[in-house]
Amino acid sequence: MLTTSPLRHAALAATLGLAFAGSAAQAADRTLLNASYDVSRELFADLNPQFVEQWQNDHDETVEIQMSHAGSSTQARAILQGLDADVVTFNQVTDVNVLAEQGGLIPEDWQSRLPNQSSPWYSTMAFLVREGNPHNIQSWSDLVGSDVSLIFPNPKTSGNGRYTYLAAWAATQQNNDGDEQATRDYMRQLLRNVEVFDTGGRGATNTFVERGIGDVLITFESEANGIVQQYGEDDYDVIVPPVDIMAEFPVTWVDENLDSDADRALAKAYLEFLYSEPAQRTLAENYYRVNDENVSEEFADRFPQTDMLRVNDVFGSWDNVMQTHFASGGTLDQLQRR
Amino acid sequence: MRARVLPGFTLSLGVTLLFVSLILLLPMTSLVGQLAGLSWSQYWAAITDPRLLASYRVTLLAAATASLFNALFGLLLAWVLARYAFPGKRVLDALMDLPFALPTAVAGITLATLYSRNGAIGALLAPYGIEIAYSWLGIALAMAFTSVPFVVRTVQPVLEDLPTRTDEAALTLGASNFYAFRRVIWPHIRPAVITGTGLSFARSLGEFGAVIFIAGNMPYETEVVSLMLATRLEEYDYAGAAAIASVVMLVSLLLLLAINLWQGRFYRRLHGGSFPG
Repeated sequence: MLTTSPLRHAALAATLGLAFAGSAAQAADRTLLNASYDVSRELFADLNPQFVEQWQNDHDETVEIQMSHAGSSTQARAILQGLDADVVTFNQVTDVNVLAEQGGLIPEDWQSRLPNQSSPWYSTMAFLVREGNPHNIQSWSDLVGSDVSLIFPNPKTSGNGRYTYLAAWAATQQNNDGDEQATRDYMRQLLRNVEVFDTGGRGATNTFVERGIGDVLITFESEANGIVQQYGEDDYDVIVPPVDIMAEFPVTWVDENLDSDADRALAKAYLEFLYSEPAQRTLAENYYRVNDENVSEEFADRFPQTDMLRVNDVFGSWDNVMQTHFASGGTLDQLQRR
Repeated sequence: MRARVLPGFTLSLGVTLLFVSLILLLPMTSLVGQLAGLSWSQYWAAITDPRLLASYRVTLLAAATASLFNALFGLLLAWVLARYAFPGKRVLDALMDLPFALPTAVAGITLATLYSRNGAIGALLAPYGIEIAYSWLGIALAMAFTSVPFVVRTVQPVLEDLPTRTDEAALTLGASNFYAFRRVIWPHIRPAVITGTGLSFARSLGEFGAVIFIAGNMPYETEVVSLMLATRLEEYDYAGAAAIASVVMLVSLLLLLAINLWQGRFYRRLHGGSFPG
């Protein structure tokens, strides 16, 4: 039915030509695709050149690190549907788990393949308040006053928002000796005080900073400090509450997408590099907390002391959290019900 | 059969069907495939969740407001573009298509910036207690912005086809301006206005990129259906997402079908039974 015409050949040739031109433009010997979360652009723009240089010195090969940024879950979905990512650097353990459970792309025990449960850096939730902290916000319990308006991203669509929800829950639960009804009442009020639910962390930052909406922005400590760096120390204060959650940033290589031992070695070396002292220093400079002792000592004054609870200790497991709290009809839905 | 300008009926119909299959039917089949995993009661539960019902209401209300606004405003724009010559007309004409060309996220962020409390326009409205950004009005505004070309671009060519002497004739025969518009111009452009408005409504139902940045996304208040759908995807609940998508698609399909049928009826009445083309 379809006849081949000269025009068709020409169109095909043009398309292929473009594709080849595209690949020829990459001068590097090797490429590595890192699928990462939304707000890690600045971080990896700092980290990648260091690794490229290190690899060049050690192996005499040029490497090009390609970055893909989107929400963690969006990235995981893309990889399940065929995005050929070599490594993932996410902000949600669940989104890596999905690669193992639904796609069989990585082994189930991926967290044991790298130190600190495959989390080269971590963070916690911080409150960004407007100059002088007019509502005197110090801890989670200060957020439910009737005149306090909050901004944090939607826990349904954002890992950032999920950590806020979990931190508030865990800290309150600890505060009232495990009285779940009291915790639910608190959470209900907390969610009611939210003025705008953005779909992602950066959107929430925009709403708070650019639109001037809300008294408190709850976001990762790194993001909060980044805002202060960028928009001026006079306008905002960063407050880290005394009880908080440990936000892990899991990384792993995607076994099924790595075709050769050489590719695997490169992917592994890239992730191991994130644990090295220079990389950890860069991370700390970007206000992420790290485990390297020298570096954390060096930057100790940047990171206030806080009692960081682990998701696995408070909630059992991430799978459990997703099922009971965030699934359709789960606790979050119940708390927001009218 | 009379000769056609483009030869080869079998070839052109074959290519048409192939493209319709690849671009429209195949994705829809996979949607139905996702639905197959649900029982009827699960399907019903998935599409009647109270929070989802609230989002239907918000979406329908905002889309209706947006498309009615577009019907009026788009008609006016089309009228100006079709009936007047003025400097800069070409530029204005080209600007009409901008909402189609602009990434919808850019539109949403721009509108949110302008209409939020500290924005250029929002700051003027705030003293009167009018809040557009982060309310359902903001959703309607974003929908209206992204879909106004539908009305302009369907009405404009019809108006250009209608010679000025038609309304002049009506006026010389003693009709008032309003009467001439109502009895001479309106019957002529009504199908185009309704088609454009319908398309604008259908497009608004599914709008995501622009709406999401100005909506506020508060449960039961300013959540749109497409956000609920995206939420299901975030939960890896493909069946739930497909269930919501099927509702949106069904509503849009029925709407477009109704417009098409109605238009056919109209043309039959206008041309004494022979369908044009």
